[in-house]
Amino acid sequence: MKRNLRIGYIPLIDATPVLAAVDHGFAEAEGLSIELVREVSWSNVRDKLNLGLFDASHMLAPLPIASSLGIGHVKVPLIAPFTLALNGNSITVSPALYNELIAVADGDVTDPLVSARALHRAVADRRARGAPMLNFGMTFPFSNHNYQLRFWMAAGGVDPDEDVRLVVLPPPYMVESLTSGHVDCFCVGAPWNSVAVDNGVGHILHFGCDIQRRMSEKVLAVRENWASDNPETLSALIRALAKAAAFAENPANLDAVCDTIGMRIGASPEVVSRTLKGVLKVTTDGLTRSSDDYILLDRHQANRPDKVHAAWVYADMVRWGQSPLSLESLRIAENVFRPDLYDLAMGRAPAQAVSDPADRIGAFYGPEFVASDIAGHLESWRLRGPNRPQLSVVR
Amino acid sequence: MRKGSDSSGPGAQPQGGSRDSSLKIAIVDESPIRAAILEDGLREAGFTQVERIAETRNLLTRIYALDPDVILIDLENPSRDELEQMFQMSRIVKRPIAMFVDQSDTASIQASVDAGVSAYIVGNLQKDRIKTILDLCISRFNAFSRLQSELEEAKDALQERKIIDRAKGVLMKAKGLNEEQAYTLLRKTAMNENKKIAEIAQSVMTAAELFK
Repeated sequence: MKRNLRIGYIPLIDATPVLAAVDHGFAEAEGLSIELVREVSWSNVRDKLNLGLFDASHMLAPLPIASSLGIGHVKVPLIAPFTLALNGNSITVSPALYNELIAVADGDVTDPLVSARALHRAVADRRARGAPMLNFGMTFPFSNHNYQLRFWMAAGGVDPDEDVRLVVLPPPYMVESLTSGHVDCFCVGAPWNSVAVDNGVGHILHFGCDIQRRMSEKVLAVRENWASDNPETLSALIRALAKAAAFAENPANLDAVCDTIGMRIGASPEVVSRTLKGVLKVTTDGLTRSSDDYILLDRHQANRPDKVHAAWVYADMVRWGQSPLSLESLRIAENVFRPDLYDLAMGRAPAQAVSDPADRIGAFYGPEFVASDIAGHLESWRLRGPNRPQLSVVR
Repeated sequence: MRKGSDSSGPGAQPQGGSRDSSLKIAIVDESPIRAAILEDGLREAGFTQVERIAETRNLLTRIYALDPDVILIDLENPSRDELEQMFQMSRIVKRPIAMFVDQSDTASIQASVDAGVSAYIVGNLQKDRIKTILDLCISRFNAFSRLQSELEEAKDALQERKIIDRAKGVLMKAKGLNEEQAYTLLRKTAMNENKKIAEIAQSVMTAAELFK
C-alpha cells in the first residue's frame, strides 16, 4: 500500500479536513505520511494532479467534472470520493454598490430575490445614465463562485454575460480589487469576505447558503486510475479526512483547530473561528449574522459525495454555455462524485438519505431540482428569464 | 486575423525560421530577472516581438491590448487562473486561446510544469510552431532556478562561515584557545553530536547571548 502522499491545496478555510488530517495526526493514525503542497492557482492544482505530481488535491467541486468532460482543457478523468466542505462562500459588495442596491430595493436586501431585483434596477439605471458596467469577481470559470453569482443575478433578471462583467480573480487579490474599485462585488470562500469587512471595504450581502442551502463546495479529487491502482490508500485517506472533519467541527477543538488552520492559510485564528462557527461580521460597522448552514465540514452527511450536486453543477455548465447538453455528459458528470468509495472506506452506508432540503440543494428561487430532467430545469429558467435567450453559444 | 507568415523584421534569424519572427509573444512573470533572461533568449532565437507584463492587475485588459500569439506565464503567478477565463468567454475574447498541451504531449507539459512555466497559444497557431518557444522557455526557467539555488547556497555558505568565525572568537576568549584549537573543538563536538559545524557554532552563539 502506498503510504507517502503529496496533496495540493489552496490556502482557504474549506481545506480544513485535509490540513487537520495532517496537523492533528489523523493521517498518521491511518498509516499515511502526507506532504501538503500549498498552491497559488486552481490551474496549477488541476495540472499537477492531472500530471501525477500530486496524488490528491483540495479542489473546487465543479473542476473534476470539467476535467472529466474535457471542458476548457485536457480531458483527464478525475473522481471525488470525499466532500471537504458544503457551502462556505459569501457574496460581498462594496459600500457604494450596497448603497446603490438599498436605494432601489423593494424590500429587505438580505433576501436574495430582493437584492437580485435591486441589482437589475441598478444595472438599468447605470445603463440609462451612461455609467460604467458593474464588475463581479469570482475565482474560476468552473466554480460555485461563478455559478452562484450567475444564479443569483439571473433570478433578478440580470444577464451575467451581457449586463455585467464577470472576471476571474485569484482569492488573495479579491479584497485589493474591491478596495481599488476594480470590482464592485465578489463571491469567494473564507477568509476573504471577512477580510474585506475587517478592512472596511465590503459588506457581506449574502452567504452562499442563502443562494443554495446545500451545495458541495470543495472536494478531494484524485485521478480515476490512481483510485483504482491504490484502493487501500484511498480508503485510509478518506477515513483520515472524515475523522479530521469531525474533529475540526467539534466546538471542543475549536481553539486548537483555528491555530493550526490559521497558520496553514495565513489568516488570524479569530477569523478562522468566525467562519467555522458561522458567526460572521457582515458590515463594516460591526453587525454580525450567524447561520448553522454557513459551512459544513462533517454535519448532515457533509462528506458523502452527492450525485445530485454533480448533476446541478453540470446543469450550470450547460446553462452558462460551457457545455452542450447530452445525457452521456450528464452520466460522466454524475460518476465523478463517488459515494460508493466513501461508503466502502467508512465500512457503512448512511442509515437514511439526506432529505432536508427536499431536493438536497434548496436553491432560493425556481423549482425543485430534478437531476433526471435537466432539460426541463433549464427550460424553466429560460421562461423565467428576461426577454432574451439565457443560453449563450458554446465558445 | 492571422499575421502574414513570411514577413520578418530587420533582425534575420537563422534557426527559428523566418516566419516565426512575426509571432508576438507576451511574458507574464513577476520576477523581472527571469523575464529578462527569457526575453533575451527569445530574441537570440529570432523572436523579435516580445513583450513583458510585470504588472498583473487587469491582466486580461493588458493582454487584449497586446493581442499576442503566445502567452508565457510563470506557475507561481496566481493570475494564471485569470487566463483560464479566456478559454470560456467568447464575448470578450477576440481570438480563441488554449493551453499548449494536447493529449499526446504529456512529456512536454510535464517538463514545463517541472520548470515552472506554462504556455498559452492564441488563435489557430500550429502547435509545432511554438514547440521551439516552449523548449527555450523550459531551459531558461531551469537555468534560472539553478542560478537561484546556487545563489542561495552561496549565501548560506557565507552565513555559516560568519557564524563559525564568531563562535571561534567566543571560544578563544572564554577558554583561552587559539583559532585552530577553537575550530577543532567545534568540529569534534559536531562529529560527536552528528550535527553540522555551523549548527554547533549557532548553539555557542546562543549560549553566549544567554551568558551575557
